[in-house]
Amino acid sequence: MSKVIKILGTGCPKCQSMTGVVQNVISENNIDATIEKVEDIMEIMKYNVMTTPALVIDDVITIKGRVPSKDEVLALLN
Amino acid sequence: MFDWLQHFADWLIYTVFNVGQETHLGTALNFFVYDTLKILILLFFVVFIMGIVNAYFPVERLKNYLNKKKLYGLEYFFSSVFGAITPFCSCSSVPLFIGFVQGGIPLGVTFSFLITSPLVNEVAVAMFLGMFGIKATLIYAVSGIILGTIGGWLLGKFNLEPLLSDWVKKILENKMQHGKFEEVKQTFYQRLPEISRGAWDIVKGVLLYVVIGIAIGAAMHGYVPENFFNTYLGGGQWWTVPLAVLVAVPMYANAAGIVPIIQVFVAKGVPLGTAIAFMMATVGLSIPEATLLKKVMSLKLIAIFFGIVTLCIMISGYLFNLIL
Repeated sequence: MSKVIKILGTGCPKCQSMTGVVQNVISENNIDATIEKVEDIMEIMKYNVMTTPALVIDDVITIKGRVPSKDEVLALLN
Repeated sequence: MFDWLQHFADWLIYTVFNVGQETHLGTALNFFVYDTLKILILLFFVVFIMGIVNAYFPVERLKNYLNKKKLYGLEYFFSSVFGAITPFCSCSSVPLFIGFVQGGIPLGVTFSFLITSPLVNEVAVAMFLGMFGIKATLIYAVSGIILGTIGGWLLGKFNLEPLLSDWVKKILENKMQHGKFEEVKQTFYQRLPEISRGAWDIVKGVLLYVVIGIAIGAAMHGYVPENFFNTYLGGGQWWTVPLAVLVAVPMYANAAGIVPIIQVFVAKGVPLGTAIAFMMATVGLSIPEATLLKKVMSLKLIAIFFGIVTLCIMISGYLFNLIL
Protein backbone atom coordinates (compact mmCIF):
# COMPACT_ATOMS: atom_id res chain seq x y z
CA MET A 1 0.00 0.00 0.00
CA SER A 2 1.28 3.40 -0.88
CA LYS A 3 2.45 5.42 2.07
CA VAL A 4 1.61 9.09 2.48
CA ILE A 5 4.56 11.10 3.69
CA LYS A 6 4.13 14.68 4.78
CA ILE A 7 6.95 17.06 5.55
CA LEU A 8 5.91 19.92 7.79
CA GLY A 9 7.99 23.07 7.65
CA THR A 10 7.79 26.69 6.65
CA GLY A 11 10.56 26.38 4.08
CA CYS A 12 13.69 26.82 6.18
CA PRO A 13 16.99 25.19 5.13
CA LYS A 14 16.50 22.31 7.57
CA CYS A 15 13.08 21.49 6.08
CA GLN A 16 14.59 21.40 2.62
CA SER A 17 17.35 19.07 3.67
CA MET A 18 14.78 16.77 5.28
CA THR A 19 12.84 16.67 2.00
CA GLY A 20 16.08 15.81 0.20
CA VAL A 21 16.86 12.93 2.57
CA VAL A 22 13.35 11.48 2.27
CA GLN A 23 13.32 11.77 -1.52
CA ASN A 24 16.68 10.00 -1.75
CA VAL A 25 15.57 7.15 0.48
CA ILE A 26 12.39 6.62 -1.52
CA SER A 27 14.02 6.59 -4.93
CA GLU A 28 17.04 4.52 -3.88
CA ASN A 29 14.88 1.81 -2.31
CA ASN A 30 11.93 1.97 -4.73
CA ILE A 31 9.47 2.63 -1.94
CA ASP A 32 5.88 3.21 -2.96
CA ALA A 33 5.11 6.54 -1.32
CA THR A 34 3.99 10.06 -2.06
CA ILE A 35 5.67 13.10 -0.55
CA GLU A 36 3.67 16.15 0.32
CA LYS A 37 5.22 19.35 1.62
CA VAL A 38 3.08 21.21 4.12
CA GLU A 39 4.27 24.80 4.29
CA ASP A 40 1.19 26.61 5.55
CA ILE A 41 1.63 27.44 9.22
CA MET A 42 -2.04 26.92 10.04
CA GLU A 43 -1.91 23.42 8.53
CA ILE A 44 1.31 22.67 10.40
CA MET A 45 -0.21 23.68 13.72
CA LYS A 46 -2.97 21.10 13.25
CA TYR A 47 -0.32 18.48 13.91
CA ASN A 48 0.57 20.13 17.19
CA VAL A 49 4.29 20.24 16.51
CA MET A 50 6.40 22.98 18.04
CA THR A 51 9.62 22.42 16.18
CA THR A 52 10.02 22.08 12.46
CA PRO A 53 10.83 20.23 10.28
CA ALA A 54 8.53 17.34 11.17
CA LEU A 55 8.07 14.06 9.33
CA VAL A 56 4.58 12.58 9.19
CA ILE A 57 4.11 9.06 7.83
CA ASP A 58 0.50 7.93 7.33
CA ASP A 59 -0.68 10.63 9.75
CA VAL A 60 1.72 9.64 12.51
CA ILE A 61 4.39 12.16 13.47
CA THR A 62 7.66 10.28 13.56
CA ILE A 63 10.30 12.97 13.77
CA LYS A 64 10.20 16.59 14.83
CA GLY A 65 12.70 19.39 15.05
CA ARG A 66 15.64 17.68 13.41
CA VAL A 67 16.88 16.28 10.14
CA PRO A 68 17.01 12.47 10.25
CA SER A 69 19.65 10.26 8.66
CA LYS A 70 18.83 8.10 5.64
CA ASP A 71 18.99 4.92 7.72
CA GLU A 72 16.53 6.31 10.20
CA VAL A 73 14.02 7.27 7.49
CA LEU A 74 14.41 3.85 5.86
CA ALA A 75 13.72 2.13 9.18
CA LEU A 76 10.63 4.26 9.71
CA LEU A 77 9.30 3.47 6.26
CA ASN A 78 9.71 -0.29 6.59
CA MET B 1 44.70 26.69 24.86
CA PHE B 2 45.07 27.95 21.32
CA ASP B 3 48.82 28.59 21.39
CA TRP B 4 49.43 25.88 18.83
CA LEU B 5 47.02 27.60 16.48
CA GLN B 6 48.89 30.90 16.84
CA HIS B 7 52.16 29.09 16.05
CA PHE B 8 50.52 27.57 13.02
CA ALA B 9 49.24 30.97 11.80
CA ASP B 10 52.67 32.56 12.38
CA TRP B 11 54.39 29.78 10.50
CA LEU B 12 51.89 29.81 7.62
CA ILE B 13 51.92 33.56 7.03
CA TYR B 14 55.44 34.63 8.00
CA THR B 15 57.35 31.56 6.83
CA VAL B 16 55.36 29.77 4.13
CA PHE B 17 53.86 32.84 2.44
CA ASN B 18 56.81 34.95 3.54
CA VAL B 19 54.71 38.06 4.32
CA GLY B 20 56.54 40.48 6.61
CA GLN B 21 55.58 40.37 10.28
CA GLU B 22 55.65 44.17 10.53
CA THR B 23 53.42 44.84 7.51
CA HIS B 24 49.69 45.60 7.70
CA LEU B 25 49.05 42.75 5.30
CA GLY B 26 51.05 40.32 7.45
CA THR B 27 49.16 41.21 10.65
CA ALA B 28 45.82 41.12 8.87
CA LEU B 29 46.46 37.72 7.24
CA ASN B 30 47.76 36.23 10.48
CA PHE B 31 44.69 37.50 12.36
CA PHE B 32 42.42 36.06 9.67
CA VAL B 33 43.93 32.55 9.66
CA TYR B 34 44.15 32.31 13.45
CA ASP B 35 40.65 33.63 14.14
CA THR B 36 38.88 31.64 11.43
CA LEU B 37 40.34 28.32 12.59
CA LYS B 38 39.80 29.09 16.27
CA ILE B 39 36.18 30.14 15.73
CA LEU B 40 35.36 27.09 13.63
CA ILE B 41 36.76 24.74 16.29
CA LEU B 42 34.86 26.53 19.09
CA LEU B 43 31.70 26.64 17.02
CA PHE B 44 31.75 22.91 16.43
CA PHE B 45 32.23 22.14 20.12
CA VAL B 46 29.60 24.58 21.41
CA VAL B 47 27.01 23.35 18.90
CA PHE B 48 27.90 19.75 19.70
CA ILE B 49 27.43 20.27 23.45
CA MET B 50 24.15 22.12 22.85
CA GLY B 51 23.06 19.17 20.69
CA ILE B 52 23.63 16.80 23.61
CA VAL B 53 21.76 19.09 26.02
CA ASN B 54 18.87 19.25 23.59
CA ALA B 55 18.67 15.52 23.14
CA TYR B 56 17.84 15.40 26.85
CA PHE B 57 15.64 18.49 27.13
CA PRO B 58 13.37 18.56 24.10
CA VAL B 59 11.18 21.62 23.95
CA GLU B 60 8.01 19.61 24.71
CA ARG B 61 9.45 18.62 28.06
CA LEU B 62 10.20 22.27 28.84
CA LYS B 63 6.66 23.21 27.93
CA ASN B 64 5.19 20.56 30.21
CA TYR B 65 7.50 21.62 33.01
CA LEU B 66 6.46 25.27 32.73
CA ASN B 67 2.85 24.22 32.59
CA LYS B 68 2.71 21.86 35.55
CA LYS B 69 4.98 23.39 38.16
CA LYS B 70 4.01 26.35 40.29
CA LEU B 71 7.02 28.58 40.02
CA TYR B 72 6.02 31.76 41.90
CA GLY B 73 7.21 34.23 39.29
CA LEU B 74 10.33 32.26 38.44
CA GLU B 75 8.59 30.92 35.33
CA TYR B 76 9.77 33.97 33.36
CA PHE B 77 13.35 33.19 34.32
CA PHE B 78 13.05 29.48 33.48
CA SER B 79 11.39 30.23 30.18
CA SER B 80 14.22 32.61 29.35
CA VAL B 81 16.87 30.00 30.27
CA PHE B 82 15.08 27.43 28.12
CA GLY B 83 15.11 29.94 25.28
CA ALA B 84 18.87 30.22 25.65
CA ILE B 85 19.57 26.47 25.54
CA THR B 86 17.14 25.70 22.72
CA PRO B 87 18.78 25.96 19.32
CA PHE B 88 17.23 28.84 17.48
CA CYS B 89 15.77 28.50 14.03
CA SER B 90 13.73 31.52 12.97
CA CYS B 91 11.26 29.28 11.16
CA SER B 92 10.48 27.46 14.40
CA SER B 93 9.60 30.60 16.34
CA VAL B 94 5.98 30.71 15.16
CA PRO B 95 5.16 27.03 15.86
CA LEU B 96 6.88 27.39 19.24
CA PHE B 97 4.91 30.49 20.07
CA ILE B 98 1.59 28.81 19.27
CA GLY B 99 2.60 25.59 21.00
CA PHE B 100 3.37 27.47 24.21
CA VAL B 101 0.25 29.62 24.21
CA GLN B 102 -1.88 26.63 23.30
CA GLY B 103 -0.35 24.67 26.15
CA GLY B 104 -1.74 27.24 28.58
CA ILE B 105 1.51 29.11 29.20
CA PRO B 106 0.88 32.83 29.79
CA LEU B 107 1.77 35.19 26.96
CA GLY B 108 4.41 37.01 29.02
CA VAL B 109 6.25 33.77 29.82
CA THR B 110 6.09 32.82 26.14
CA PHE B 111 7.62 36.19 25.28
CA SER B 112 10.51 35.53 27.69
CA PHE B 113 11.31 32.45 25.62
CA LEU B 114 10.87 34.32 22.36
CA ILE B 115 13.21 37.14 23.41
CA THR B 116 16.09 34.96 24.63
CA SER B 117 15.90 32.28 21.97
CA PRO B 118 17.53 34.28 19.15
CA LEU B 119 19.51 36.49 21.54
CA VAL B 120 21.50 33.76 23.26
CA ASN B 121 22.13 31.04 20.72
CA GLU B 122 24.94 28.59 20.18
CA VAL B 123 26.49 30.49 17.28
CA ALA B 124 26.54 33.81 19.18
CA VAL B 125 28.04 32.12 22.25
CA ALA B 126 30.79 30.41 20.26
CA MET B 127 31.64 33.61 18.39
CA PHE B 128 31.79 35.62 21.62
CA LEU B 129 33.95 32.97 23.25
CA GLY B 130 36.37 33.12 20.35
CA MET B 131 36.54 36.88 19.98
CA PHE B 132 36.07 38.30 23.48
CA GLY B 133 36.94 35.47 25.87
CA ILE B 134 35.02 33.72 28.59
CA LYS B 135 34.22 36.72 30.82
CA ALA B 136 32.50 38.75 28.10
CA THR B 137 30.67 35.60 26.94
CA LEU B 138 29.27 35.01 30.42
CA ILE B 139 28.21 38.66 30.68
CA TYR B 140 26.51 38.41 27.31
CA ALA B 141 24.68 35.14 28.06
CA VAL B 142 23.62 36.07 31.59
CA SER B 143 22.43 39.53 30.62
CA GLY B 144 20.57 38.07 27.63
CA ILE B 145 18.72 35.72 29.99
CA ILE B 146 17.95 38.53 32.48
CA LEU B 147 16.76 40.71 29.62
CA GLY B 148 14.38 37.97 28.45
CA THR B 149 13.10 37.50 32.01
CA ILE B 150 12.40 41.20 32.57
CA GLY B 151 11.11 41.82 29.03
CA GLY B 152 8.64 38.93 29.28
CA TRP B 153 7.51 39.98 32.73
CA LEU B 154 6.90 43.55 31.54
CA LEU B 155 4.97 42.31 28.49
CA GLY B 156 2.94 40.05 30.77
CA LYS B 157 1.72 43.16 32.63
CA PHE B 158 -0.19 44.34 29.55
CA ASN B 159 -3.40 42.77 28.40
CA LEU B 160 -2.09 41.49 25.08
CA GLU B 161 -4.29 38.49 24.26
CA PRO B 162 -6.79 40.55 22.20
CA LEU B 163 -3.91 41.59 19.94
CA LEU B 164 -3.22 38.06 18.69
CA SER B 165 -4.32 37.08 15.17
CA ASP B 166 -7.89 35.80 14.89
CA TRP B 167 -6.93 32.26 13.94
CA VAL B 168 -4.59 32.00 16.93
CA LYS B 169 -7.42 33.13 19.24
CA LYS B 170 -9.59 30.41 17.71
CA ILE B 171 -6.94 27.81 18.47
CA LEU B 172 -6.85 29.02 22.08
CA GLU B 173 -10.63 28.74 22.44
CA ASN B 174 -11.11 25.21 21.23
CA LYS B 175 -8.31 22.93 22.21
CA MET B 176 -7.21 21.08 19.14
CA GLN B 177 -6.60 17.38 18.83
CA HIS B 178 -3.16 16.26 19.79
CA GLY B 179 -1.01 14.96 16.99
CA LYS B 180 -0.13 11.34 17.37
CA PHE B 181 3.58 11.09 17.99
CA GLU B 182 5.63 7.94 17.89
CA GLU B 183 9.35 8.19 18.10
CA VAL B 184 11.80 5.36 18.06
CA LYS B 185 13.71 5.47 21.32
CA GLN B 186 17.41 5.83 20.75
CA THR B 187 20.24 5.42 23.21
CA PHE B 188 22.81 8.15 23.77
CA TYR B 189 25.44 6.37 21.66
CA GLN B 190 23.01 5.89 18.82
CA ARG B 191 22.35 9.60 18.80
CA LEU B 192 25.97 10.76 18.93
CA PRO B 193 26.72 10.39 15.20
CA GLU B 194 23.58 12.34 14.43
CA ILE B 195 24.39 15.09 16.94
CA SER B 196 27.88 15.54 15.50
CA ARG B 197 26.46 15.55 11.98
CA GLY B 198 24.00 18.24 13.06
CA ALA B 199 26.84 20.28 14.60
CA TRP B 200 28.82 19.95 11.40
CA ASP B 201 25.79 21.07 9.36
CA ILE B 202 25.47 24.23 11.45
CA VAL B 203 29.19 24.98 11.11
CA LYS B 204 28.92 24.50 7.34
CA GLY B 205 25.86 26.74 7.26
CA VAL B 206 27.59 29.70 8.90
CA LEU B 207 31.06 29.07 7.47
CA LEU B 208 30.68 31.70 4.78
CA TYR B 209 29.51 34.36 7.27
CA VAL B 210 32.38 33.57 9.62
CA VAL B 211 34.93 33.87 6.81
CA ILE B 212 33.46 37.11 5.45
CA GLY B 213 33.05 38.63 8.94
CA ILE B 214 36.59 37.76 9.98
CA ALA B 215 37.99 38.90 6.63
CA ILE B 216 36.38 42.33 7.06
CA GLY B 217 37.47 42.38 10.70
CA ALA B 218 41.04 41.43 9.76
CA ALA B 219 41.19 44.11 7.09
CA MET B 220 39.88 46.73 9.54
CA HIS B 221 42.32 45.58 12.22
CA GLY B 222 45.28 46.21 9.98
CA TYR B 223 44.13 49.52 8.56
CA VAL B 224 41.92 51.39 11.05
CA PRO B 225 44.14 53.44 13.37
CA GLU B 226 44.19 52.73 17.12
CA ASN B 227 41.52 54.59 19.12
CA PHE B 228 39.90 55.68 15.87
CA PHE B 229 36.37 55.31 17.25
CA ASN B 230 37.25 56.92 20.55
CA THR B 231 36.90 60.30 18.92
CA TYR B 232 33.38 59.61 17.68
CA LEU B 233 31.84 56.78 19.65
CA GLY B 234 34.11 56.31 22.65
CA GLY B 235 33.76 58.68 25.58
CA GLY B 236 30.64 59.34 27.50
CA GLN B 237 28.31 60.71 24.85
CA TRP B 238 24.86 59.62 26.04
CA TRP B 239 23.44 59.14 22.56
CA THR B 240 25.84 56.43 21.40
CA VAL B 241 23.91 53.55 23.01
CA PRO B 242 20.44 54.46 21.64
CA LEU B 243 21.97 55.22 18.26
CA ALA B 244 23.76 51.86 18.10
CA VAL B 245 20.57 50.02 19.12
CA LEU B 246 18.26 51.91 16.74
CA VAL B 247 20.60 51.31 13.82
CA ALA B 248 20.82 47.62 14.69
CA VAL B 249 17.12 46.73 15.17
CA PRO B 250 16.06 46.63 11.49
CA MET B 251 19.37 45.02 10.51
CA TYR B 252 19.45 41.30 10.27
CA ALA B 253 22.89 39.88 10.52
CA ASN B 254 24.04 36.45 11.37
CA ALA B 255 25.85 36.40 14.73
CA ALA B 256 28.66 34.61 12.91
CA GLY B 257 29.28 37.57 10.63
CA ILE B 258 28.67 40.44 13.03
CA VAL B 259 30.82 39.48 16.04
CA PRO B 260 34.25 39.73 14.30
CA ILE B 261 33.36 43.21 13.11
CA ILE B 262 32.14 44.28 16.55
CA GLN B 263 35.38 42.96 17.99
CA VAL B 264 37.33 45.43 15.86
CA PHE B 265 35.08 48.28 16.97
CA VAL B 266 35.81 47.38 20.59
CA ALA B 267 39.54 47.01 19.94
CA LYS B 268 39.58 50.46 18.37
CA GLY B 269 37.83 52.25 21.19
CA VAL B 270 34.05 51.59 21.23
CA PRO B 271 32.93 50.70 24.80
CA LEU B 272 32.06 47.01 25.25
CA GLY B 273 28.58 47.87 26.60
CA THR B 274 27.65 49.81 23.49
CA ALA B 275 28.97 46.95 21.36
CA ILE B 276 26.98 44.32 23.29
CA ALA B 277 23.81 46.42 22.97
CA PHE B 278 24.41 46.71 19.23
CA MET B 279 24.95 42.97 18.94
CA MET B 280 21.78 42.16 20.94
CA ALA B 281 19.65 44.45 18.80
CA THR B 282 21.06 42.92 15.63
CA VAL B 283 20.47 39.26 16.45
CA GLY B 284 17.49 39.67 18.79
CA LEU B 285 15.20 41.83 16.70
CA SER B 286 14.92 42.04 12.94
CA ILE B 287 12.52 42.78 10.12
CA PRO B 288 12.40 39.12 8.96
CA GLU B 289 11.39 38.08 12.48
CA ALA B 290 8.65 40.72 12.54
CA THR B 291 7.35 39.38 9.22
CA LEU B 292 7.13 35.86 10.66
CA LEU B 293 5.41 37.06 13.83
CA LYS B 294 2.90 38.98 11.70
CA LYS B 295 1.20 35.62 11.11
CA VAL B 296 0.33 35.19 14.77
CA MET B 297 -0.04 38.71 16.14
CA SER B 298 -1.22 42.16 15.13
CA LEU B 299 1.18 44.91 14.10
CA LYS B 300 0.38 46.71 17.32
CA LEU B 301 1.52 43.75 19.40
CA ILE B 302 4.72 43.41 17.35
CA ALA B 303 5.36 47.12 17.92
CA ILE B 304 4.86 46.75 21.70
CA PHE B 305 7.08 43.66 21.74
CA PHE B 306 9.88 45.29 19.75
CA GLY B 307 9.51 48.56 21.69
CA ILE B 308 9.89 46.93 25.11
CA VAL B 309 12.81 44.76 24.02
CA THR B 310 14.57 47.74 22.39
CA LEU B 311 14.16 49.72 25.60
CA CYS B 312 15.57 46.84 27.70
CA ILE B 313 18.56 46.50 25.37
CA MET B 314 19.31 50.24 25.63
CA ILE B 315 19.11 50.17 29.42
CA SER B 316 21.44 47.17 29.59
CA GLY B 317 23.85 48.94 27.23
CA TYR B 318 24.08 51.85 29.70
CA LEU B 319 24.46 49.42 32.60
CA PHE B 320 27.33 47.59 30.90
CA ASN B 321 29.13 50.84 30.19
CA LEU B 322 28.75 51.78 33.85
CA ILE B 323 30.04 48.49 35.32
CA LEU B 324 32.53 47.29 32.72
